[in-house]
Amino acid sequence: MADRIIELKNIRKSFDGETVLDGIDLYIRRREFLTLLGPSGCGKTTMLRIIAGFETADSGDLLFEGQRINDVPPYKRRVNTVFQRYSLFPHMNVFDNVAFGLNIKKMGKAEIARRVAAMLEMVGLAGYEKRQPESLSGGQQQRVAIARALVNEPEVLLLDEPLAALDLKMRKEMQLELKRMQQQLGITFIFVTHDQEEALTMSDTIVVMSRGQIQQIGTPVDIYNEPANAFVADFIGESNLLEGVMEKDYLCRFAGYSFPCLDKGFMKNEEVEIVVRPEDVDIVAPEKGMIVCTVRSIVFMGVHYEIMLEGADGMLWKVHTTDPVEPGAVVGLYLDPDAIHVMKSSDEPLASEQEEMAALEEEEDEG
Amino acid sequence: MKRSAYAYPYLLWMALFIVVPLAIVLFYALTDTVDGRLIFTLENFSAAFDPAYVKVFLRSLWMAALATVICLAIGYPLALVLSSRHFKAGKLLLMLVVIPMWMNFLLRTYAWINLLSDNGIIMKALQFFGVENLSLLYNQTAVIVGLVYNFLPFMVLPIYTSLIKIEPNLYEAAGDLGANSFMSFLKVTLPLSVPGIVSGITMTFMPAITSFAVSRLMGGGLVTMYGELIENQFYFMRDWHFGATLSIVMMVLVLISAVLTRNNKNKEGGMLW
Repeated sequence: MADRIIELKNIRKSFDGETVLDGIDLYIRRREFLTLLGPSGCGKTTMLRIIAGFETADSGDLLFEGQRINDVPPYKRRVNTVFQRYSLFPHMNVFDNVAFGLNIKKMGKAEIARRVAAMLEMVGLAGYEKRQPESLSGGQQQRVAIARALVNEPEVLLLDEPLAALDLKMRKEMQLELKRMQQQLGITFIFVTHDQEEALTMSDTIVVMSRGQIQQIGTPVDIYNEPANAFVADFIGESNLLEGVMEKDYLCRFAGYSFPCLDKGFMKNEEVEIVVRPEDVDIVAPEKGMIVCTVRSIVFMGVHYEIMLEGADGMLWKVHTTDPVEPGAVVGLYLDPDAIHVMKSSDEPLASEQEEMAALEEEEDEG
Repeated sequence: MKRSAYAYPYLLWMALFIVVPLAIVLFYALTDTVDGRLIFTLENFSAAFDPAYVKVFLRSLWMAALATVICLAIGYPLALVLSSRHFKAGKLLLMLVVIPMWMNFLLRTYAWINLLSDNGIIMKALQFFGVENLSLLYNQTAVIVGLVYNFLPFMVLPIYTSLIKIEPNLYEAAGDLGANSFMSFLKVTLPLSVPGIVSGITMTFMPAITSFAVSRLMGGGLVTMYGELIENQFYFMRDWHFGATLSIVMMVLVLISAVLTRNNKNKEGGMLW
């Protein structure tokens, strides 16, 4: 395929017997902003490092414009990386840092000066040429790192959690700027993050990963509205996760009631998982609701209220709404058919469960 | 400037063990004993610039410089290998570089005399292969070997320290930006290890130029170095005045080389002071 710039075919990688990537199949289109998203330890950084050439896959093929590049060293690949901890050269000033790649290519002095100036202009650091990296703020260092990578005009830019070390405001600003640069330069960006909000804001395509496997590939809207399984639903945004069964096409049963829904194609009485986003639940009068609940708590979140409700069966519901209710009040919940999303059951542990498992393992190792 | 009370014992210490001894040395250098009487004179200094002594001085300079260059030529690649992340036994081998320093300096030198002597293992091996009429000991080469062996750890350690401090990410960044391993060494490793190199040169050159034991033991009195010359004035000639003068000449020399290396914006790599 002409527009597939990078392809990963059944990529596997393990460190010390522990599987980090478990058969990854993925293609990345030219000029797209693709995000590898997942909790820590899901293999997203390893995948990026394999594309950059710092790690070699144990098996499988890595294709660049259709050519297998598994054994091509990093310095011959037409990709550049923005590292998490910047990794600027401490013995060089900003200009020399950005010019590094061009100097290696033995480009003419005047041309280097022109390109470096243009790139520093783009990242908003014109006039900082003579500064030493250590005298810059974290955000400025990050911009130098971006300029240093982009000045080489790579086909693909790899970004390894580049905003993780920045404060919230700076992070938001850089998110928009990165998106702007990507559109302006028309370069493919592969972005690694564990921050789902960041992924939703910036990406054309999100690849959700867990434990070395891809859980879902899709646009931010797809991933949010049509999560492939409970792991994705839980990891992206907030959700009410329930277990239920499909009674027949367009009718599912959970929390003790049957609900009309938009899903079909399941076996009769197949066990499924149901996700309902908190903002899709309507609070109505008890006699009009499908489920009767008691309001347990209400917290003002700024734009909306977060309301926790308890059903007759003890099930806790999280609802986001702009209309407050009194704690202790008995209300009804109304679920539109399109508020209910039915997913096939998966045994992929949720991110929070994975963390608990990792903590337990650590305790065992210590004991 | 206001000083903390804690500084005074130190000042006392400095006065007692640095200023006073130096004053005594200077006093001896500027005096002479004639017929049992002490007289002030600059005679000693003009004597110190006698061509015979200048020759020894230049020889010391040359030999210390040569030993330092050889130490650097051996020490840098060694430190590079030892500090490599891919080289698992690096820490262990570094111990092997350091362990001889736990042994007495003279013992180490005597060990080399044994190795290089006419009845030593190296000569025996050479004789086995028919090499005759060769002496490995009591010549300039032997002194250089002794200096290099004794001061090599002082070159390796500061360079190793500065190399191990370089963030591994920087090599990845250099590779990512198109540098092969040679360019990466040239543009990242070498410049970032300059402080270690400067420290190593200082820590090797200064003790080498002032050393007297190595040249006496391994040069057999045939390859006199400046330190040995001074020692001779005190112990054999019993001329403390001239010995003190030569000491001052050497101190000035060391001071000059110290200033020269210090001018280098040296922040890392561990200095002598």
